[in-house]
Formats: sequence, structure tokens, C-alpha cells
Amino acid sequence: MSAHPEKFKLSEWIFTTDHKRIGIMYLIGSIAAFCVAGLMAILIRIEQSSLGPTLASDAITAGDQYNQWLYFHGAAMILGFLIPGLTGFAANYFLPLMIGARDVAFPRINALSVWLFLSGIFVALLGFVIPDAPDIMWTGYPPYSLLTGGNTAFYVFTVHLLGFASILGAVNFLVTVIYMRAPGMGWNQLSMFVWSTVTAFVIQLVFVPVLAAAVTMLLFDKYLGTHFFDPSAGGDVLLYQNLFWFYSHPAVYVILLPALGILYEIVATFSKNPIFNYKAAVYGGMWGVVLISGEVWVHHLYVSGMPNWIRIGQMISTLLISLPVGLLAVSLFGTLYRGAITFELPMKYAISCLFLFLVGGLTGIPLALTALTLHLSETSFVHAHFHYIMGIFAAFSVFAGVYYWFPKMTGKMYDEKLGTIGFWLNFIGVNLTFIPLFKIGVEGMPRRYWNYEMFPQFEIWHMVALFGALFILSGMSLTIFNWVYSAWKGEISIDNPWRSKSLEWTHTVNPPGPGNFLKDVEVSSDWTPYDYGK
Amino acid sequence: MIMKRMLTALTGMGLVLSSAIAWATESADGIKDPVDSWEHLWTEVLIDLYIMGGIFGALAIYWLFKYQAKSPDAVGDAPKLTRAQAWSWALVPLFIFLADDLYLAAKGWTAWNVYRTVPENAMEVKVTGNMWYWEFEYEDGTTSGFDVDSKEGDGLVVPVGTPVVLRMTSNDVLHSFGLAKYRVKEDLMPGRITYIWFLPKEEAESYVTCVEFCGVNHSRMFAPVKAIPSEKFEEWLVKRAKEEAEE
Repeated sequence: MSAHPEKFKLSEWIFTTDHKRIGIMYLIGSIAAFCVAGLMAILIRIEQSSLGPTLASDAITAGDQYNQWLYFHGAAMILGFLIPGLTGFAANYFLPLMIGARDVAFPRINALSVWLFLSGIFVALLGFVIPDAPDIMWTGYPPYSLLTGGNTAFYVFTVHLLGFASILGAVNFLVTVIYMRAPGMGWNQLSMFVWSTVTAFVIQLVFVPVLAAAVTMLLFDKYLGTHFFDPSAGGDVLLYQNLFWFYSHPAVYVILLPALGILYEIVATFSKNPIFNYKAAVYGGMWGVVLISGEVWVHHLYVSGMPNWIRIGQMISTLLISLPVGLLAVSLFGTLYRGAITFELPMKYAISCLFLFLVGGLTGIPLALTALTLHLSETSFVHAHFHYIMGIFAAFSVFAGVYYWFPKMTGKMYDEKLGTIGFWLNFIGVNLTFIPLFKIGVEGMPRRYWNYEMFPQFEIWHMVALFGALFILSGMSLTIFNWVYSAWKGEISIDNPWRSKSLEWTHTVNPPGPGNFLKDVEVSSDWTPYDYGK
Repeated sequence: MIMKRMLTALTGMGLVLSSAIAWATESADGIKDPVDSWEHLWTEVLIDLYIMGGIFGALAIYWLFKYQAKSPDAVGDAPKLTRAQAWSWALVPLFIFLADDLYLAAKGWTAWNVYRTVPENAMEVKVTGNMWYWEFEYEDGTTSGFDVDSKEGDGLVVPVGTPVVLRMTSNDVLHSFGLAKYRVKEDLMPGRITYIWFLPKEEAESYVTCVEFCGVNHSRMFAPVKAIPSEKFEEWLVKRAKEEAEE
């Protein structure tokens, strides 16, 4: 039963205001950013795999191109893949379905935000063809970003475009959830993914403007002659770092929360269990994260020369993040208890995410302690930590989500065997890449270094990390091939292959047509999306 | 009874152990070495991580084995939490995490105070970051540095046994003084002065690396840090002053 019998027409996609198509466009855009940024990562790993310049003949060229790869890898992965991948793709496609709505509250604004997002990706990619590519890392710290010959404006405009897309998305989805839930659907009956998106968008709405202000001041300083960050004219370089991380730490939770939301859906479905301690996870866990998210940014400035007292204060608030995150962990792991667990591909990814979540989350604890960061800060240990929790954990949850909802989005079934090989290559690859980085980080290997002639003992571990990266490259190639090929030629899927109880599976066809539901959805007061009954 | 005795014994052992650690981390003249504080805290945190990760990991693995679906249409059998159980499953974990947080915060604060309390007899060295080299200036005005291309220059030379405090600033962009051997790190920036201190306890040669991104030669901005006996240090300082006068 296909709801889109018509042939593919490009104009229909360009002018679409349908939340499902917009979700697919977010997915394609963010996976494109992921692919390009992923190739940068491979180049970075090759460059680091031997002591001297590996992909260049001299140190200056090596330094220049390495810094450009680092900039693009960081900016594109975070701003182009993780944030839009987790708040754009699944939220657009599935949030309205999960609450029984026929579309979002403002479909045209939704179309505007996806086009702003795609323009942001386009501007970021233009960085490759201009002669003065940005080389300022994804953080863009002044004074370097002001003095460099690299094009800081491209960075600023990318942030602006993606930021506006995000703010519009936030307004849209909050209004949608507040006003467009199916009749009878109370707050305690929402899917975990819906709650995670709501909390993530509350954070976006509050904090994105601060980032927009920070980068705009950077733009003014560099091109209009203001002196916000110039100490010789009364400015202060630390101001930027404070403003930047005031958004960019909460941004980590904008990624973490929807990633957890997707995992909750998958773990509940493949355990055939309700969420363990739902209210504690939602009101204590997710809203607790929102509450604390804005009081911990100084842990990114532990060695930046901030006053001693605030480093202690924010050490305590940073440690306290473990309270809501701990509640979420108890609830997520507890959902497995006495389940009827099956291990299809989405669940394989979800289980590996539990592991990545533990490694990434727990290695955050030493980094919360100011005294320990005086050694660990700016080393490979930090690099490995945030890759585990923010990079790989979040990316794996996106992949888990794509596999989980693949039959819903395409009407076809992915290839389980190919997907499983891809999964194991990815999982082995990420651990092979980042466990060595934990080790050499504790021993003092600095981040963002292509040249480590002062620490020649680390060469072997960089080689191991390169092997890991090549595993990931082959795993991701199989994964993306699987998606494209199966969407095109895969077997037709049955309606609800996972026997989920959530509205997007029980009340719509694969894939849902315009208007989503064949007739209006109404739910009873004892309905929940996890009612497997027994 | 046996339990009680074991507990007493454990408490006693704990007391002895903690005072032994306190003694070991304090050198003869009462100066606490940040490196010892760091290692001590790091070990404690690692134990903490392994215990917490172990509990969650072991439970997950056990459940994943035990609760596999018996038939294709099986559904889960999760117990329905009563109101009291739901509150307990929120408050008890919260209490455990909070206790752990406060414990770590107290430990971390103690170590932090060691790091930020500069001993009174510390030797002061002025450090200036430049794109892309380090400049070290001693109390008598003598300077030292290091050229990455020619590998000429002594870098930062310090006497063994004397605490060294670095007063740091930058001439251009952000830099960061990362000295892994002594477990210290702090940014340098134009317009502000930052500080760190460390205690070279024995002769050793290591490297300071710039660890805040500063441009094309960021990863080539390093210099040797040599801790040498204090007599030799005095000789070196005189020699270096003479060289400088000639330059």
C-alpha cells in the first residue's frame, strides 16, 4: 500500500511544505555534511599517522591544510550533521506522526528553515573553493580568528544560517507539540522522543541567540573595526569564549537529548517494555538537563585564565549534571529489565550506544574536576571523550534511527546482513580509533597536532587510530550504500515490522501520504506509545 | 560481631592509608607537589568510573542475555511501579550520584588548592607566547628561548628542588602553556596575566607544547624544559646572561 504512487518530481520537493519531505531533506543534507566531514577526518588521521608531514612536503603546507581540515571537520560535523541530524531529520519526520498531527504548526516556516539549513551547508562547502579557506577551528576564538588571512566571514555566515534555521525550527516544534497533539493525548502520554525534542528546542531557543551575537561581534571586530575582543582597545578576549560556550555547551545537550530520545524509542520497542520510570526520566532527567545546561559552560574555560572561584563553582555544577543524566541512564537501562528483547539492526546500534554512552559519559567526570583538567584539557583525552559522547554516540543513534524508521520512510526493508557487517565495522572502528587517543591523551598528547616530534612514542598509537578510521570508512560506505540501494530496490516491508505501539507505526501506512493519517487520530486517557500489555 | 570487627579494621586501615598518602604528598619543607595531588585524584576517579561503569555494564549484559524474547510475539513483563517505587527509583539514584559528586568535588577542590597556592619561596619566570615561539625571562632579566627549525636554544631551564611559578601573557593570539610532565596547563592571552606553578623534584628533560590553537605552526610551538641541579642552574644563568650581553 503505497501512498506516493506518483513519479518523483523535483519541483514537488523544492516547493514542499510537507514535514516528512522536509525531514528527508534534513537527513540528506546532514548525511552529506557527515560524508564530507568524515573524509576530512580520514585525511586528519592519515596526516597524524606518521611523525613528519605525511600529506605535504613541508611544514607550512602541512600546517595550513591540516588546520583547514580540522576546521571543516568540526564545524560541519557539529553544525551541519549532529545538530540538524538530531533536531531536523527525526523531529520533522516523526514528531508530528507521534503526536497524531497532520503537519507542523507552521509548514511554510518549516520549509524556510530547511532551506536556510541547506544554504548553510552550501556556504560551508564553498569554503573549499575559495582561496582563503577558514582555518579557525569550529570555535573561532579571537584574536586568531581576527588576525588570520582565512575567511572568518564564511564561518560567521554558516553559523547565522544554521542558527536561524534552528530558531525557526524551535518555535515551530514547540507550538506544534503544545497545540497539535491528538485529542486525548496528555503530557504524560508523549513519546520519549517528543519530550527529548521539546527539551532540546527549549535549549536552542534560549541559547542560540547568544552564539549568534558572539559570532556577529567577531564579524564586526574583523571587518567593521569594532574592538569587542581586542584588549589593546579596551576589549577582552575571554568575552568571546564565555559567550561561545554559553551556547555551545548547552548545544551538547541539544545533541544528547534527541539521541537519547531515539534510543528510548528503539530500546522500548525491541524490549517490548514501557519506559522504566517515565516521569523521573522526563521531568527529572530531561528537564533537569535543561535546567543545569546553562550553568556549566566554564568547564570549557578551565585553563583559560578564569578566576579561581568560578572554576570551583562550575566544577560543582558540572558534576551535578550527573544527576539528571544519571536518572536518564537508570531509566534507559531499566527499560531492558524483564523485556522480550530481540536484536535486529536498530537494536544492535542502540545497545552499542549504551556502551558508548557509558564510556563517553564517565570519561566526562575527570574532565569536570578542575584540578585534573590542568593536565587533561586540550589533550587527546578530551578529543576522545567528546567523540565518544557527542560524536559517535549521537551519530550511532542517528544511524539506529534511520534503520529503525527505514520501513516507515521508504516502505522498503533494508538489507539486514549488509547492515550488520557495516555495524560491526563501525563499532570496531570507533573503538580502535579512540581508545588509543584516551591512552596517549593521559600521557600528554596535545589535541590539534599534526606534528608531535617531541612525543615520538605516540606514533604507533596514531597508526592504530588510522586503522580504526579505515574500518569506519568501510563500515559507513556499506551503511550508506545499504540505505540508498534498499530505498531503491529493497523488498517491500510489512506495515509494522517491529510491532511498535507508537502512533507513527500503528496509525499510518508506509510511507505516510500527505496529511499523514487516513482518519483523525484520537487516543484514550490510558493509551501510551509503549503499551505492550501484560 | 565479626562484621563489626572487620569494619573497625577497615576504618583503621583507611585512616592509616590516608595519613600515609597525606605524608607522601608533602615534601620535606611542607610543599605539596601538584603532580602527586593529580595522580592521587586521578586514581580515585578511575576507581569510581570503573565501579559505576561496571555496575551499569554488567547489569545491561546480564539482562540482554537473560531477557531475550522466547517467541516472536512475546512482550515484556516489566513490573508496574507504584508511586512510592517510582519516587524511590528517582531519589535513591539521585542520592547516590549526589554523594559521589560531592565526594569528588571535595577531593577536586583540595587538589585544586594545591595547584593554585604558590609556595612562598617560588622562583618566578615570565613567560611570553608569540606566534610561534616561547620566551622565558628570569628574575634577573636574563631571557631564554628555543628555535624549532634549528633546534637552538635551551628553552626553560629550572633548578631541581625549587618551586617555579610562571607569570604568563601573550603578545598576539591565545596560546597555552602545556607541560605534561608536571601536570600543568594554563592559557596565555593578550591583556591578562595568568599563572601556574610546578615543582621539579629531580633532573629531567621534557617539553612544553602550545595547547591552544594559534595558527599554522601551532603544533611546532614547543620548547625543552630542563630541570638541572641548582649549582648548575646558577652557572647556566650566568653563562646565558653573558651570551645575551654579546648578542
